[in-house]
Amino acid sequence: MNPKTIKESGVDRLFTIVNYAALALVLLVILYPLIYVVSASFSSSYAIISGRVWLWPVEPSLEGYIAIFKNKNVLTGFYNTFIYTALGTFVNVIMTILAAYPLSRKDFRYRKAFMLLMVFTMMFSGGLIPNYLIVKELGMINTIWAMVIPTALSVWNVIIMRTYFQTTIPGELLEASQMDGCNDFKFIGRIVIPLSGPIIAVIALFYAVGHWNQYFNAMIYLKSQSMYPLQLVLRDILIQNEVNIEMMGNVKSVAARQGLRELLKYSLIIVSSLPLIIAYPFVQRFFVKGVMIGSLKG
Amino acid sequence: MNIGRNILKTWQLYVLFLPPLIYILLFKYVPMFGAVIAFKDFSVMKGMLGSDWVGFKHFLRFFNSYEFWRLLRNTLSISFYTLLASFPFPILLALGLHYVQNQRFKKTVQMVTYAPYFISIVVLVGLMLQFLDPRTGAINIFMGWLGVEPINFMGQSSMFQSIYVWSHVWQNVGFACIIFLATLTGIDPALHEAAVIDGANKVQRIRHIDLPGIMPIAVILLILNTGQIMETGFEKILLMQNALNMQASEVIDTYVYKVGLVSQAMNFSYATAIGLFKSVIGFILLIIVNQTAKKLKQESLW
Repeated sequence: MNPKTIKESGVDRLFTIVNYAALALVLLVILYPLIYVVSASFSSSYAIISGRVWLWPVEPSLEGYIAIFKNKNVLTGFYNTFIYTALGTFVNVIMTILAAYPLSRKDFRYRKAFMLLMVFTMMFSGGLIPNYLIVKELGMINTIWAMVIPTALSVWNVIIMRTYFQTTIPGELLEASQMDGCNDFKFIGRIVIPLSGPIIAVIALFYAVGHWNQYFNAMIYLKSQSMYPLQLVLRDILIQNEVNIEMMGNVKSVAARQGLRELLKYSLIIVSSLPLIIAYPFVQRFFVKGVMIGSLKG
Repeated sequence: MNIGRNILKTWQLYVLFLPPLIYILLFKYVPMFGAVIAFKDFSVMKGMLGSDWVGFKHFLRFFNSYEFWRLLRNTLSISFYTLLASFPFPILLALGLHYVQNQRFKKTVQMVTYAPYFISIVVLVGLMLQFLDPRTGAINIFMGWLGVEPINFMGQSSMFQSIYVWSHVWQNVGFACIIFLATLTGIDPALHEAAVIDGANKVQRIRHIDLPGIMPIAVILLILNTGQIMETGFEKILLMQNALNMQASEVIDTYVYKVGLVSQAMNFSYATAIGLFKSVIGFILLIIVNQTAKKLKQESLW
């Protein structure tokens, strides 16, 4: 019997009403700030400073966006972040497969010990300073490698991928390939990777978002401004309020400058999040899938 | 079985595993042993191994410093506040979504609530500063319409932790609910059908079917989070700090960063000692919580 065919009782109807109202409230609380930022970014600087924006853009203009692209740091930041994200994610995915595949094989003799070795690092760490000293000793300070190598592998993602390999790649396939004289290297390249498209996509997305949003490593490992990723440029402008003169163009009055200063922050928030905003609707379901696989106890 | 022969047979697996192994050893285990400089007076000239041993000097200095209690109190109160505030909401959201019949509404709520998870910390804090600004911020402007005097939210220590915690909930509630939603979907529908036939209403079904169903996963997550109790989201705290709220916002991690890498008189050994103190406490907590959970015959991590 289908539960839906039974008429809702009074309590159930009340529950449904309260439930929809509560969810609508949650929706509003989360959505409103996002809408506000979009609207503010398309308003005029006077509308911002006089506090007239509350839902839709007021006196629509693109001054904020124009001001951003006068700043060279924003553009180099974008470029650097793009490079770090692409290279970093590539290294991450390779390393994760290299770690996860042997750990998924039952005939890999010391896999339990290796697994323990990895999991322990999730629970205990040497701390910030020893990590910094290692990176320094290896001569990576102020090089692109500091953005890629110290975060080359996330143990959590190794566990997710290992679980996926164990549950989706049948043992018979390996046996059959071995009988045909296929070695492990070929087996990974020709069988495992092609069969693992979805999980590789999920893992790559997790890593890529991490690289895109990362600022702390860049702050401690990079010294020269020309290497700064976007997030560090954002930090200077959004949080430390360092807006340089070239962004102001020919705006002279103090009030107008103050307005533009606030306006361009809203525009900057939108521009810096644009790649994620565009990709989000398409990749959302992948992320959900990743969380599910990760939740299976491996 | 002969160990040598097994390794010989599967040597390719060892070759594959070599790069990750080197990475783990070099970037996780070497720093763990590098933490011995907490017991030394580290000097760049003498290096990690050559520096002189000083025993617990740096630890004692930290325990006796006037910063110690403030750092510990801030770290623990921010963590517990976060733990308590961020535990129930994903479960409530998942339960609410689970009982929504209208698929379109459900999808919309899911899509919107997951989105803030992907906003970077820098942008999130930037957003908070914009909204909370005493002159141009939206919140103060709305309060102005109601005749309330503007408040400098970020400049008050008393508000720092609440701002930190509730912005954390705002950002993470949607993503954290995914796992509960998946668990709810996995509960045997026969249980619900039987309950409906017995005349149970939705509130009773939540209490007697859904909540017990998600209990194991909730306990695991609680264990994981409790083990992280010494881990404050310090990248975010660092960005939210200013001279006015420092009294409430300085935590162990931000202090380590400042002592070790920012301050004029950088002191690697002292900073490492403080960091090590934190790691050890965190590790002990994780073990205690896990053992307790085992005793209660609930799920455990190992």
